Amino acid sequence: MVSTPRRRIVLALTLLALVAVLPLSALAGQPFWVNAATRIVIYAIAALGLDLILGYGGMVSFGHAAYFALGGYTVAILAANGVDAALISWPAAILVAAAFAAAVGALSLRTSGIFFIMITLAFAQMIYYATIAVKAFGGADGMSLAARSVVPGIDLRDPRVLYAVTLVMLFGALALAGVLIDSRFGVALRACRGNERRVRALGFSVFRTKLAAFAIAGAIAGLAGALWAEYARFVSPDMGSWTRSGEFLIVAILGGTGTLAGAIFGSTVLLELESLLAGVTEHWMIALGAILLVVVLFAKRGLYGWLAGSSDG
Amino acid sequence: MTLALEQVLNGLQFGVMIFLLAAGLTLVFGIMRVINLAHGSIYMLGAYVAAASEARGLPFAAAVVAGALGAALAGLVVEVVVIRRLYGRDHLDQVLATFALILIANDGVSIVWGKTPLLMSTPPALGGSLALGPLTYPSYRLVLIGAGIAVAVGLYLIVQRTRLGMLMRAGATDREILGALGADVARISTTVFVLGALLAGLAGALLGPILAVQIGMGEQILILTFVAIVLGGLGSIRGAFVGALLVGLVDTLGRAYLPSVFHAVAGPDVADSLGNGLAAVAIYVLMAIVLIWKPRGLFPVGSG
Repeated sequence: MVSTPRRRIVLALTLLALVAVLPLSALAGQPFWVNAATRIVIYAIAALGLDLILGYGGMVSFGHAAYFALGGYTVAILAANGVDAALISWPAAILVAAAFAAAVGALSLRTSGIFFIMITLAFAQMIYYATIAVKAFGGADGMSLAARSVVPGIDLRDPRVLYAVTLVMLFGALALAGVLIDSRFGVALRACRGNERRVRALGFSVFRTKLAAFAIAGAIAGLAGALWAEYARFVSPDMGSWTRSGEFLIVAILGGTGTLAGAIFGSTVLLELESLLAGVTEHWMIALGAILLVVVLFAKRGLYGWLAGSSDG
Repeated sequence: MTLALEQVLNGLQFGVMIFLLAAGLTLVFGIMRVINLAHGSIYMLGAYVAAASEARGLPFAAAVVAGALGAALAGLVVEVVVIRRLYGRDHLDQVLATFALILIANDGVSIVWGKTPLLMSTPPALGGSLALGPLTYPSYRLVLIGAGIAVAVGLYLIVQRTRLGMLMRAGATDREILGALGADVARISTTVFVLGALLAGLAGALLGPILAVQIGMGEQILILTFVAIVLGGLGSIRGAFVGALLVGLVDTLGRAYLPSVFHAVAGPDVADSLGNGLAAVAIYVLMAIVLIWKPRGLFPVGSG
């Protein structure tokens, strides 16, 4: 993560605001702020993983919602079968998502450009239609979770506790991604985006580097999906729809690709914008679309890049 | 046997309609290197304009023409205001900008026509069925198949035999050289985009009577259209045609027969889930297999 001072300030302020949600909502007597913030943080986690492969590896995955859905369904299916220990079901969610991402990556990375975009989308559609078709997992109606998972010593039923846990997960994912990006692996990954032939000439395996990054991004989305299942106490095929994948892309791009912290900023902006616009007009989608269009056409590095000043990411 | 023939015709009908959408999408990508997710929205607009025109008393054929022209007009506006600025930009920017267009189109349609689906009726003259040997098949669906094939032939002749077609093929191979040779690439691009919008609108208008005209109808078919052109090889009209027929046939036949195949080999519960699941994803499995085998599709275009 190459950071300019201004960028560090934007990041610090965003994180501070997310932490401040807890005391502020209690003071203001607005408990629903916590729920809104939980959604923001979960989206941020998913988009953070996506930005790892998108912003640093140059891989446009248009099927990221599939890993999100797999994570959520893993938790819901385990819960329905009596496994309600988060220490088992969350890692399971991460593993399932990572394993599927590794399989998808192994096949998709043979292609590039638009073909890569389309094949990742195709695999995500498989998951989407499979979740609709399999009646045992609720089909199109989805599955409810009877209760949130159990973590010893922590009461996830309290929305504030759940929020604190998701926030810790976000910080963990951010730290992990930051370490990865600055490592040898991260340098090789960024080099793949620039010039694959040189990476090969230096003795790195482009395929293995990209595949590892792709699987890690899937794992992070799986974690986000698991947290979403806990938050909503409900999973449905909609978690894996292609418009959801589009939303994750928007969050990552809106915040500025290749900035990691931008994912957090983008998720905050997108979800806040959505609820803000929804409060003003019934037709908030048209306003959101117009705003997005202006951002893409005129602010090439995303909002965060624009706010934080230009520098290479 | 009769049933199988009927399913093949259904698949063919679905396939040629997907081709109407795929043709424009693949040409726009081939020449301008732009991924246009909003192509489905233009199709939706064609369907809405046609249904609304018919509701106001226009005869069916005129309503279909109105739908296609309305879509072409929308295409012109979209090209001039948005798409033109996306040439040469990252695929990511294109995905995002055209995703934003989908949001705008969906909400715009709900503002103008409301959220309840519109109904469009089949013209009385085509409401019946036709006997094809042992099979009776709805006349209107036969007209759709005929119209789709006629457009495909017409498009093939335009691309292969006319000056515009020659410029289009040249643009798909090398845009820069074409510009350097003095052709007005911007105007060719606009023409191609509007032509693609016209065809998408035509598909929407023609499908109006057999589908519900509703918000989101464009997204459902858009993904299948993308699958078709990626299968065929981006930028290739022939590829789009083969890809679209493959998508139509595999999807229709998969849904018709896979569940019963599974019933023959597994218990009813498992068979229902697996058969339906596999039928729904058959087309994506096919695409994955083709891309793994031929990463640039069945009929790759040029080098670019």
